Amino acid sequence: MKAIVLMKQTPDTAQLSASMDGLKLMAEGGPRIVNPWDEYAIETGITLAEDHGGEAVILTMGKPEATEAIKTGLAMGCKGATLLTDDAFENSDSLATARILTAAINQMGDYDIILAGKSAIDGDTAQTAVQVAALLGVPYLGYVAKIEAVDFDAKTITVVRAIDGGRETVTSPLPAVVSVLKEIGEPRYPSFMGIRKAAKAKIPEMGLADLGLSADEVGAAGSQAQWLQVTLPPAQESTLEVIEGEPEEAAKILVQKLLAEKVI
Amino acid sequence: MAKIWTLVEHRNGAIDSISWETLAMARQLADKSGGSVTAVILGDGVGDFAQTAFHYGADDAIVVDDPSLKDYRLETYSATLTALAQEHQPDVFLLGASDKGREIAPAVAAKLGVGLASDVLSLDMDGDKLVATRPVLVGNLVATITFGDAKPQMASLRRRVFPALEPDTARNGNVTQANVAGITPVTEVVGFEAAEGEVSLNDASIIVSGGRGVGGPEGFPTVKALADVLGGALGASRAAVDAGWIPYKHQVGQTGKTVQPDLYIACGISGAIQHLAGMKTSKVIVAINKDPEAPIFKYAKYGIVGDLFKYVPALTEAFKAELGK
Repeated sequence: MKAIVLMKQTPDTAQLSASMDGLKLMAEGGPRIVNPWDEYAIETGITLAEDHGGEAVILTMGKPEATEAIKTGLAMGCKGATLLTDDAFENSDSLATARILTAAINQMGDYDIILAGKSAIDGDTAQTAVQVAALLGVPYLGYVAKIEAVDFDAKTITVVRAIDGGRETVTSPLPAVVSVLKEIGEPRYPSFMGIRKAAKAKIPEMGLADLGLSADEVGAAGSQAQWLQVTLPPAQESTLEVIEGEPEEAAKILVQKLLAEKVI
Repeated sequence: MAKIWTLVEHRNGAIDSISWETLAMARQLADKSGGSVTAVILGDGVGDFAQTAFHYGADDAIVVDDPSLKDYRLETYSATLTALAQEHQPDVFLLGASDKGREIAPAVAAKLGVGLASDVLSLDMDGDKLVATRPVLVGNLVATITFGDAKPQMASLRRRVFPALEPDTARNGNVTQANVAGITPVTEVVGFEAAEGEVSLNDASIIVSGGRGVGGPEGFPTVKALADVLGGALGASRAAVDAGWIPYKHQVGQTGKTVQPDLYIACGISGAIQHLAGMKTSKVIVAINKDPEAPIFKYAKYGIVGDLFKYVPALTEAFKAELGK
């Protein structure tokens, strides 16, 4: 069994504070992390490898410093990784990113499943994994809360999707792109041995030429959606009105206030 | 003369209200640019939906009514929409940022090679170019998205941000019947467990949430009682979910749901940045917390500093009396 885990390195929103707003965090924020949603994809890949034999490998597009996040994934138990990095990849939209990831996947030989997190907390598009599936021409299973059954010999998988209105059980042939939710299982901590091994790991890199892509297919040139600007959200009015009094009295006051707000 | 398309979404024979929110925005863009709005409707036995779409602002409709579209499948829906777009060449294609919309839109955009802005908060036309704003860094920043020359320019619209139009039953339009794309779906829905008797966080106009201050699973019925009397959904912070007090589907915040209700009542939630990311754009926030220094109070319009186990039941009773329940 071979699982490819799509992972992105992101800023760490835990560092946001009065002196570190979103703009600063994106530009210069401290240590970057494994995108929190992707931790669940990594966990799923490692668990599948443990249960069925084989390995989970990481595929990341990003700047050279993304090797730090990759090493976290290796320390958790992934067996290999590739970093797709090139100045030409800068400012790729989700589809250009999917093109880059797909070109790499097509060079990685046989695989059984591609795992992804629900979205990346920086770009927040939740588009890339769907688009990788569309470009590869394989099924996409999103919002996956549980893998009910998987048979890598018969090449089938049955998953539970937690969607608007309920939980849907779906079967699909493999390979497929599977995007998982937190419910799939808490990510493990990297082991001490894992951290030591990962620290020494050499992460192979691939760029534009290695992937056989042309410059107009990637980066800003290859993107139909572009960030014109990014700003802080409009400041929220913080006119807190504290309701005082004993429970019964305070409750009556609050109920009248909320009725007047027309939100009930 | 922009040709603007919107997708009409439905579930169990009922149209998802996000469709009318999306249609209202499409109408606004069309009126501004002198264009037209086409409602695209896919499903089995959905012919009647076109008339309703006209009432909500569509000029015409493309209907694909086929038994193979009974169960929503990403591959059939995205292939059919891709083929329709290739045939009719719309300039703009808007969908709701529902669970379905957020996977259909990227799949179609990938096949057409066009740009997409997901989960948008505002939309405008600058000449024939769509301009969208959308949250990034879990709501801590807003990005303005512009599009290249490829058409259609696509966007999915965040739920409960764009008000739907009042239906006008005098409105009418032309219906074009179209065929489903000739593909065989490889995935199969083998079961569905409806979340019955439960208001979902995505749809709720009122959410009552509990956090660490709830103290344990035995504390949540107190919070739920308030949600129930208000007809609202039950939410939770990550701390409460990770402690195993309440299932993950209730989690609001960075690794849970992002919500935007009219009223959000936070009970025993301190307001970690990851939780705030998921709810701070709620219209009115009420915080009930023992700690007067809790960050949640910075975002709340009304606050009660005190024991939630005293104040939440009092609120439940007061609402019961007021709402005659």
